[in-house]
Amino acid sequence: MNRKSIFISVAGILLLAFVLATVIYKNHQSSSGTSGGRNQSVIERQGAPIKGPADARVTIVEFFDPACGTCAEFYPLVKKLIDQYPGKVRVMMRYAPLHTGSDEVVKMLEAAHLQGKFFPALELLFDNQQRWIVNHVSQPMRARGILNGMALDHDKLMIDMNKPEVISAIQRDVQDGQALKIRATPEFFVNGRPLPSFGYKQLSQLVEKAVDDAY
Amino acid sequence: MDSKDVNRLNDSGWMLLFAVWILVTIATLGSLFFSEVMGVPICSLCWYQRVAMYPLVLILGIGLLPYDPKVLRYATVFAGLGWLIALFHVLLVAGVIPEAAQPCIQGVPCSETHISLLGFLNIPMLSLLTFTVIGLLLIFTYKTESS
Repeated sequence: MNRKSIFISVAGILLLAFVLATVIYKNHQSSSGTSGGRNQSVIERQGAPIKGPADARVTIVEFFDPACGTCAEFYPLVKKLIDQYPGKVRVMMRYAPLHTGSDEVVKMLEAAHLQGKFFPALELLFDNQQRWIVNHVSQPMRARGILNGMALDHDKLMIDMNKPEVISAIQRDVQDGQALKIRATPEFFVNGRPLPSFGYKQLSQLVEKAVDDAY
Repeated sequence: MDSKDVNRLNDSGWMLLFAVWILVTIATLGSLFFSEVMGVPICSLCWYQRVAMYPLVLILGIGLLPYDPKVLRYATVFAGLGWLIALFHVLLVAGVIPEAAQPCIQGVPCSETHISLLGFLNIPMLSLLTFTVIGLLLIFTYKTESS
């Protein structure tokens, strides 16, 4: 054995060990983890903004941050899922303001929700993310300026933003998010089940399965 | 097999550096396992330690084949820097340095640890331990080479 061959053999052994450990860990996880829904009371919140029919038997719960680019990218895809199964699927949006400054912006969204304008406000913010997020930090004043362009009772919005019910709704979402160990957005639950791994394909498969089970 | 014996194994300097390389490679793959496979969140201090650890895999690898003792200089700078950051991190977790001093992103505080082996070995401790052993081995190598 010369240096080169021993070096290459050891490198190969270490790499193999890594791959093997990964496979073993993933297998172990899929056999013990995701089976069965988690505590529904932590995943859903009464009064959270919902898109889709109220009597739908499949609920997608999405924990989101208005400043999260991937959430904006997923938004039309989630809407597409609702349309794909008419009357069967709805989405509940819950706040996970992980970006700095986002806590103020979700207060605006929840205040808009009180006026029944959550989704138009969210769409406006998602479409204009580059105008109110600077270096991954939310600029609440700029977000406020963008929302000024839509039909809302703006004086009421300013007052509602700091109402106890708005604050406590957001607090509840943040607490539940922590209980569910949400560290990145968007995070989806379909009838209480988390995604096996992150991705649109995984989400649509999980929804497809839930629709099959429920109808 | 080589006419000038550059490929002989019985060179203790080479063997010591090879041991360091094995150590940094295990540490690199291990930390990737924690973050990419197990999904443990990474705080900014962990990133700085990775910046010091990961390049050693390549730098030492290149310095080993063919053996170039000058690689010691480069490796020592990385290891020293990593050791200092790891020490800072351990002190932060232990509460010796107040939390206000930590340069961490919101949501992933550096003072929070996620893995605990044998009850006391968390990831920052593991990092400090690894950088310490790397440092000691590099010193031995330096002594071997200069003698």
